[in-house]
Amino acid sequence: MIARLGMAALVAASVSTAAVARDYVSMTGSSTVFPFATIVAEAFGNNPNYKTPVVESTGSSAGKRGACNGIGTEFVDIGNASSRMKSKDLATCQANGIDVTEVKVGYDGIVLANSINGPVLEVTKGQLWQALAAKLPAGNAKWVDNPNQTWSDIDASLPNIAIRVYGPPSTSGTRGSWEEMVNEKGCTKVDGVEAALKMFGYDEEYCMPMRTDGAFIEAGEQDNLIVQKLGEEPESYGIFGFSFLNQNTDSLQGAIVDGVEPNMDTIAAGDYPISRALWFYVKKPHVGVVPGVQEYASEWIKHWGPGGVLEEAGMVPMPAAERDEYAAVIANLPTMTAETLSK
Amino acid sequence: MLSPQQATERVAASVGARYRRERRFQMYGKLAIGSALVFLVLFMANILQKGIPGFFQHYVTLEVDLDRELLDPMGDASVDSLFAGNPRRVMQLAIYEATGAESRADQRAAFKLVSTGATNRLRDMILEDPSILGTRMSIQFAVDDDADSYLRGFITKATEERRRRVKDNQMDMIDRLQAEGRIEYKLSDYIFTGSDSRNPELAGIKGAVIGSLLTLAVCLSLAFPIGVAAAVYLEEFAPKNRITDVIEVNINNLAAVPSVVYGILGAAVFINVFGFQRSWPIVGGFVLALMTLPTIIISSRAALKAVPPSIRDAALGMGASRVQVVTHHVLPLALPGMLTGTIIGMAQALGETAPLLMIGMVAFVVDAPSGIFSPSTALPVQIYMWADSAERMFVAKTSAAIIALLSFLVVMNAAAVVLRKKFERRW
Repeated sequence: MIARLGMAALVAASVSTAAVARDYVSMTGSSTVFPFATIVAEAFGNNPNYKTPVVESTGSSAGKRGACNGIGTEFVDIGNASSRMKSKDLATCQANGIDVTEVKVGYDGIVLANSINGPVLEVTKGQLWQALAAKLPAGNAKWVDNPNQTWSDIDASLPNIAIRVYGPPSTSGTRGSWEEMVNEKGCTKVDGVEAALKMFGYDEEYCMPMRTDGAFIEAGEQDNLIVQKLGEEPESYGIFGFSFLNQNTDSLQGAIVDGVEPNMDTIAAGDYPISRALWFYVKKPHVGVVPGVQEYASEWIKHWGPGGVLEEAGMVPMPAAERDEYAAVIANLPTMTAETLSK
Repeated sequence: MLSPQQATERVAASVGARYRRERRFQMYGKLAIGSALVFLVLFMANILQKGIPGFFQHYVTLEVDLDRELLDPMGDASVDSLFAGNPRRVMQLAIYEATGAESRADQRAAFKLVSTGATNRLRDMILEDPSILGTRMSIQFAVDDDADSYLRGFITKATEERRRRVKDNQMDMIDRLQAEGRIEYKLSDYIFTGSDSRNPELAGIKGAVIGSLLTLAVCLSLAFPIGVAAAVYLEEFAPKNRITDVIEVNINNLAAVPSVVYGILGAAVFINVFGFQRSWPIVGGFVLALMTLPTIIISSRAALKAVPPSIRDAALGMGASRVQVVTHHVLPLALPGMLTGTIIGMAQALGETAPLLMIGMVAFVVDAPSGIFSPSTALPVQIYMWADSAERMFVAKTSAAIIALLSFLVVMNAAAVVLRKKFERRW
């Protein structure tokens, strides 16, 4: 009897709540976009006509999946991502019959930083790969475990200190971007690697894994812990998003990569080689159903320019032409197609 | 065979060693307790030292001209009118006046010294009392987190200017304001009345505390009756056979399942099947109830087992039915033990984040939850998210939130002790 009452109550509750419309915007996705999305959400929530959106931090892949996983108020309205959708992500959306709009909001650099009491590192992507890759080619003969113990083992111009780099775990989008932009790209720039790849039938992905012998240390998703650690160990380096360097310029300095120092200007201009665009994906069927979806997207336009609160928080603004382009996208919400991706 | 004399000799020879062994053993125990205490003291000292400043912040007093036209363009002091107004300009004028900033660069630098929450404070004050419009008042505002860092001495002039977030002209302004006695360091009024914010000076734990309480209320009202009913049936009524054995083993196993698994289950069942929204305390409560059920069942059964059979026999002998035996005699006696187990289970649930991640409660939620059907976070989630923020002033806020969470746990555990002491029976 009690069980039956309980079941009845549960069913009644679920039926009544399913009918209740959600009156706030809900989004999920990248932990890199999260700090910026929350700033915009908070500013948007000051408007008395809308509730403050709820932002979850679950990772880019969850954001892209969330944008395409179903229609209904129990699903999110917007997915944030620090890497662009690939054609297979878009195919999932299309298979589910969900139109999405792609919006770029700005850029973020990934930096290799150390304490200002340590030496400034001036490296190339190729050298970074040689410092952090799991396997390197030995001569033209075979791939061996990375033998480099100090930075000067790679090149005599680099400091003679042990390689010790704290970085994000493999679940992180920042780690994924680093492997793609530094390891995969850097490896082809090192002499003899191309030949070694051909000889053994490997492709560039073979270059991607980070070393696991202790020179590269996974420090968890807590970038603040890495920052604290670097203060105590001037000869260690850390890999994290530019926003953390920006908040700690009095204690940290970024390594110069391929001759470019990481700062707002070099990242915005695309000169700093390890940077990526930040995106969000609007689930179009939810626009006009959940109040405030498009209005929230428009809120970004107020803040994403130079001198805005987002730049203050460490996001690198898009150039003016791109800002205009994506402001128009937010106004019109064009459906994303394979063509959008090829641009 | 030893002769009695030999035996006595041997015993006499080994007595010293045996005493020494006992003393050694006791010393190991004392060492263990001592090291546990040292760790606890270090931990508490660290948290308190970092966290107590998190409850305080610097405030600046400014003379503000509450200009009617700027603040209330429609002239009716309604919410819409106040939001259409320009409190930002009012604040700018006030801070320019106080700092004497004239050049554009100085003015921009000066405006950054006051928290962005200042305009909301103006709005709230006018909503509360529209008669202050048009007057000139001195009002206290929170300073921006960077200025706060300087006032706390985390940022010093010794660092090169281009490397600091507070520039020389801002430092001079702050020094001047301080010399004029406009700056006060006091208990933050945002920490208890504010919810999550991206501005550390405006962030508070109210939303998270309410979210935790709502979640626990759902969890308790579900887990306690179900847990006790299951324990009573299994202990007092169920026949001993294969099926009850299997159930018993499974309950014990469930207690050892990692909590994140319950989160995945909750997302699959409560959100996808029942159609609840993500981030709702009711879903969190359901998931945590699943997680605490085994703890409650196991401790409740232990409490029931501890009631001596003589009580049951006596009641049965007086002609009570089995239900009467349980409800009139066994349950009241077992209740203190059950409550203790429940409170410990609840304390565990209070500290959980992993299962909440899966159901969307690890999220940035600004509006404090209005009920179990509105989005919310929980205290441990708030700690986790603040710890991950880039702004440095969140470090103190994180420890402050930890202190709040620990106080809740202490209160709950103390309640468990008091209940046990109050209702405990000895036979």
